[in-house]
Amino acid sequence: MSAASTTGGTDVLVGGRPDRDIPRTGRALPLRFLRSELSIIFGRRRNVALLAVLAAIPVLLAVAIKLSSDGDQGGGGPGFFEAITSNGLFVAFAALAAELPLFLPLAVAAASGDAIAGEANQGTLRYLLTIPAGRTRLLLTKYAAVVIFGLVATALVALAGVVAGLALFGGGDVILLSGTTTSLLDGVGRLALSVLYLSACFAALGAIGMFVSTLTEQPIAAIVATIGVNVLMFILDQIPQISWLHPFLLVDHWAAFGDLLRDPMATDAIGQGLLVALAYAAVFMTAAWARFGSKDVTS
Amino acid sequence: MTADVTGPARGSSPASVRTRALTKRFRHQTAVDAIDLEVPAGAVYGFLGPNGSGKTTTIRMLLGLIGATSGEIEVLGEPMPGGASRTLRRVGALVEGPAFHPYLSGRANLARLDAADPHSDARTAPARIDAALDRVGLLPAATKRFRAYSLGMRQRLAIANALLVPRDLLVLDEPTNGLDPQGTREVRHLVEELAADGTTVLVSSHLLSEVDQMCTHIGVMFEGRLVTQGTIEAMHDQARSVDQAVRVETDRVDDAATALRGLGLTDVRPSGGHVSARLGEVEVAKIVPALVDAYVPVLGFTVVRPSLEDVFVSLTGEGFDVSG
Repeated sequence: MSAASTTGGTDVLVGGRPDRDIPRTGRALPLRFLRSELSIIFGRRRNVALLAVLAAIPVLLAVAIKLSSDGDQGGGGPGFFEAITSNGLFVAFAALAAELPLFLPLAVAAASGDAIAGEANQGTLRYLLTIPAGRTRLLLTKYAAVVIFGLVATALVALAGVVAGLALFGGGDVILLSGTTTSLLDGVGRLALSVLYLSACFAALGAIGMFVSTLTEQPIAAIVATIGVNVLMFILDQIPQISWLHPFLLVDHWAAFGDLLRDPMATDAIGQGLLVALAYAAVFMTAAWARFGSKDVTS
Repeated sequence: MTADVTGPARGSSPASVRTRALTKRFRHQTAVDAIDLEVPAGAVYGFLGPNGSGKTTTIRMLLGLIGATSGEIEVLGEPMPGGASRTLRRVGALVEGPAFHPYLSGRANLARLDAADPHSDARTAPARIDAALDRVGLLPAATKRFRAYSLGMRQRLAIANALLVPRDLLVLDEPTNGLDPQGTREVRHLVEELAADGTTVLVSSHLLSEVDQMCTHIGVMFEGRLVTQGTIEAMHDQARSVDQAVRVETDRVDDAATALRGLGLTDVRPSGGHVSARLGEVEVAKIVPALVDAYVPVLGFTVVRPSLEDVFVSLTGEGFDVSG
């Protein structure tokens, strides 16, 4: 093994009892576990397929609009669809808006619901815990991987949108929703901010998924439940009679990323959205920690 | 390896594992009932009992996977589960069969578990992983996906995981499950090697014959209770103290039975072609002359010494019933 040869002179002690204390080198390398987690999440065929679907949607969107661009039917979303024909960059925004209710949450739910329940289902959880990976450390590492997966998924949608949009509709100066004109580079910057904002929102959804994942040994059940919570919030958000509840719903703030396309940027709704996301993440990660920290692992 | 066998890591306590009145109840059922386990440092402790007798539940408590309902646990001198983060890195474990990511290779699975260890050294990982795979004879299949492994290979991979870093204590729950006789022998040799290095081994099994040959100590679980515990010599003594039996082969079964009863043997059971009976206090040397005096043709005579297996069975009962 070429990999082994790099450690050439190191005396390798397998089994047996230690002649010296086990070296405490690991403290400096908390990223090794995270890297390993990420390689498992991104190496999973189901997740790769999900990412492929997420990336295909902006392309489909761009092609569909290109083919029917004669007739001007404004679609949903905060006014992105009409703008697409004038600047390809808007394909990315429109795609984010289109995937916001279901597809992106599905990706986050798939990763977070699987996090603990998947390991429990496989039986690998007991081996991770006897390593000992540490329950809190395991939970936080898994969560970090989920947050990164959400960020990558969101960025991928934006990137696919930019590539497809610029290829089909071209770039140039961007006319913002408030009517002012700005450079393409500024538009890309605003897109990047949108991706970061939505990733923060999805991180909160991921915390819900992590909590649900500590409740069951069935990963599919945890994923479906997380999606269910997401859909339920969207439904509640549609009922005007309970408008007092809307500001407390995680999903109520997601569409606010459109505010980043105004000049000057309207940050009120964004700030509120971030606060709500932070509150959800804190509450559900605390709940997950409390549940997982004392749970009997019998799988 | 240096000659220093005392090592710095060994605590002052002479026992590697010690529990006091350890109890675990699941809803209405008491899975483990006030057991006082004592695994001396350096011992190979055979943890025996039928399926469902509470062995795995006990092992899960020792490893901090499940909490005890009551009682105390000390592993390598530290209380559990409080000392888990310090203790468990000195403990290699195989719990209730192998479990790994099906789509990763054996080597990738070990790399993943090693990465999860906050104390392991990333630089030595490839060498340690290959050495562990080699030690269980799995190196040729290192790049195969776990799902393509046979049960025996999976079991070996789980043992390799327990050997990734040097350990003071190995907890092996049914390590020979699914292994062929050859594999079983290899595991036994491996355990003997590790024990020779000074590692304490707690090995559970429902088959006495498997652990009899490698253990220095034995504990027997039955229906959640630790019914006996001690050195293997003490167990053999106990076996010797159990009534011996005699077996007489003859064609005059009824006369033989009468003669044996006359001598004071108990539990006399005549059957087709032979009679068996418990010896009790009767001298073996008197039996055959007495039979001859009674004109019983003795075609064969055997004294049956109870094996450790018989002691085990006398403690746990026979048959395939899974205890509650």
